[in-house]
Amino acid sequence: MIRVKKISRPKEMTLSERVYLLEIAKGLSVTINHFISNLLNPRKIPTIDYPDVKRPVPARFRGRHRLTKREDGNPKCVACMCCPTICPALCITIEAGEHPDPKIEKYPIRFDIDMLRCVFCGLCVEACPVDAIRMDTGWYTMPEKSRDDLVYDIEMLLSD
Amino acid sequence: MPKVTLNGKELEVEPGTTIIEAGDRLGIHIPRFCYHPHLSIDGNCRMCLVKIEGVQKLLPACATYVDHDMVVRTDTDAVKKAVKGVLEFLLVHHPIDCPICDQSGECYLQDYYVQFGLYKSRFPLKNKIHKVKVKDVGGDIVLDAERCVLCTRCMRFLREVTGTDELNIFGRGSHSEIDIYKDQPLRNRYTCNLADICPVGALTSKDFRFQCRVWYLKEGKSICTGCATGCNVFVHYHGGKVWRMKPRFNEHVNGPWMCDIGRFSYTAANDDRIEKPRSLEGEKSVVIDWDAAFYTANLKIGEVKRDFGAGAIAVIASPRSSNEELYLTKKLAFEVIGTPNLAFTPAVVADDYSDEILVSKDKTPNSRGAVELRIGPQDGGLDLAGILDAARQGKVKLLIVMGCCLGDLDDDGAGRVVSAVEYSINIAPNESAVSQATSLVLPSASFVERGGTFTNEAGRVQRFYRMFLPRFRAREDIRILADLGRRLGADWDYKNEEAVFDDMARSEPFFAGLDYRVIGENGSEAGGR
Repeated sequence: MIRVKKISRPKEMTLSERVYLLEIAKGLSVTINHFISNLLNPRKIPTIDYPDVKRPVPARFRGRHRLTKREDGNPKCVACMCCPTICPALCITIEAGEHPDPKIEKYPIRFDIDMLRCVFCGLCVEACPVDAIRMDTGWYTMPEKSRDDLVYDIEMLLSD
Repeated sequence: MPKVTLNGKELEVEPGTTIIEAGDRLGIHIPRFCYHPHLSIDGNCRMCLVKIEGVQKLLPACATYVDHDMVVRTDTDAVKKAVKGVLEFLLVHHPIDCPICDQSGECYLQDYYVQFGLYKSRFPLKNKIHKVKVKDVGGDIVLDAERCVLCTRCMRFLREVTGTDELNIFGRGSHSEIDIYKDQPLRNRYTCNLADICPVGALTSKDFRFQCRVWYLKEGKSICTGCATGCNVFVHYHGGKVWRMKPRFNEHVNGPWMCDIGRFSYTAANDDRIEKPRSLEGEKSVVIDWDAAFYTANLKIGEVKRDFGAGAIAVIASPRSSNEELYLTKKLAFEVIGTPNLAFTPAVVADDYSDEILVSKDKTPNSRGAVELRIGPQDGGLDLAGILDAARQGKVKLLIVMGCCLGDLDDDGAGRVVSAVEYSINIAPNESAVSQATSLVLPSASFVERGGTFTNEAGRVQRFYRMFLPRFRAREDIRILADLGRRLGADWDYKNEEAVFDDMARSEPFFAGLDYRVIGENGSEAGGR
């Protein structure tokens, strides 16, 4: 059952409203007030000069992914496939390879994240058993000129 | 007959049945590492301890026979505590590297820890004993001694099944580890079974190593196409690709095992596939659609029949085709095209290894089927050698080849024969010298993309099942043959292999009395038996 709420509308505008001039003056006074107060008090301006200036992101903000490294610079990732398994957007592609060091044994020769599909849910970070993937870069703007550039590969993810 | 009461469920068993077998029959899973139904009993892992009423101590269920009116419980606190304790000991030196272990997802240790363990480790990490990791022990096996629970299933397999006895336990106590003797790697052809029977990740397959996580894999029932033994297998597939094959128990054929050679035959479903129908125009091969392909085939067959008579056409069937496909090929040749020249490529011996356990000399899955279906020339027709000779002399004007092989010719020879024929049609799933040289190539489905039956060398008719739709633009052979037949004027209405089988069971004496729906998962013996 659809309920219809009836709203009363003003039947006729008053004389001052019909003239408009007074209302224009009222509106302009608000604008001019803000202009003068900002001019005298620039520190209180609520806007920022984005993108030159960016707001600090909260500590638990989920930004662009990165892969963490071991002390020797190798990726911590062991290609266990937990993140592509949990990923609801199916955006992670990993190919595992045999590492020459038997203590590492398995490592990713390919680790792609398709940023066009990623929904930034953070489940990959939760699923990772070795703390290899993090979303703590605080980076949320990642425009590129082509779709291919938005599929991040392992070098890109390891670079910071 | 002794009667056992297991967790309140009663079961009568024949004398000589162990408690663990009775449990399996009742659907009560008693945890186990060393027990394997097809190996001798060792009783070393102590995971299957159960409480038997009237017996003071807990007894291993795998090594205790059911006695008259035995009352057994697997769910008492004492049993749970004992199992948990055994598990804790087994995990003391375990590296817990599940993220990089291929076994994770199908590992007994993981399952039992979740089911019975769930304790906090009391053993300091630094005290763990480290053993050999990532050791190539020969065959298709990589050894990781740290993950081993010393159940000795592998040792018993090598002693009792292959008789080669390459693995043994070295060292004592906590330092015991499984290994090969110095410089004596695994040298049998059944090594992959070790990866199957290993309950943990100590022995894993090189071929499957790091390829795909097991929880992605879906399972389908099939028949190994590696040789004429026709081992029953599970095919594990994911994303339109086959990743591995595992043996499926069939007491009449392969028991619980299969050979390494057959196990790697799955690659034919993934690699070197013919993707689209194509036609050779001059030197260039042009991709065409299926309608155009059938139109061309029909036209060419008609032309040759008009100009040279049906005797100038020859058909070579493949022992890799199913019974239904062979039957339809025969019908197409004799009844629709009307040529007496029909042959099949006999046993292709690429690797002439064979043994008494499973590997057959004949490396094709259905040559017995081709023999029983009497795939061969009619009166006055040419046999395989005759067809090949006539083709070389240019007497065969149109050659239809099923599959990738032409007798025992090598690539060069096969290519020359096909090139010598004016027009040739190849229906095959994989690229080969034949498909490279043929005028018209029709891509067919691999063994996981179609269903049907194979007849193994012992005359057992066994079904293999379709797991996914044909990849690329391939089509099932039955569909290709039936469409071709219809275009050539036959009144066939075969919708699937079941309809062809019914027809075959009616007209072929070897298959008389068989029913496609009744053959079942373990196959039926054909030939009136």
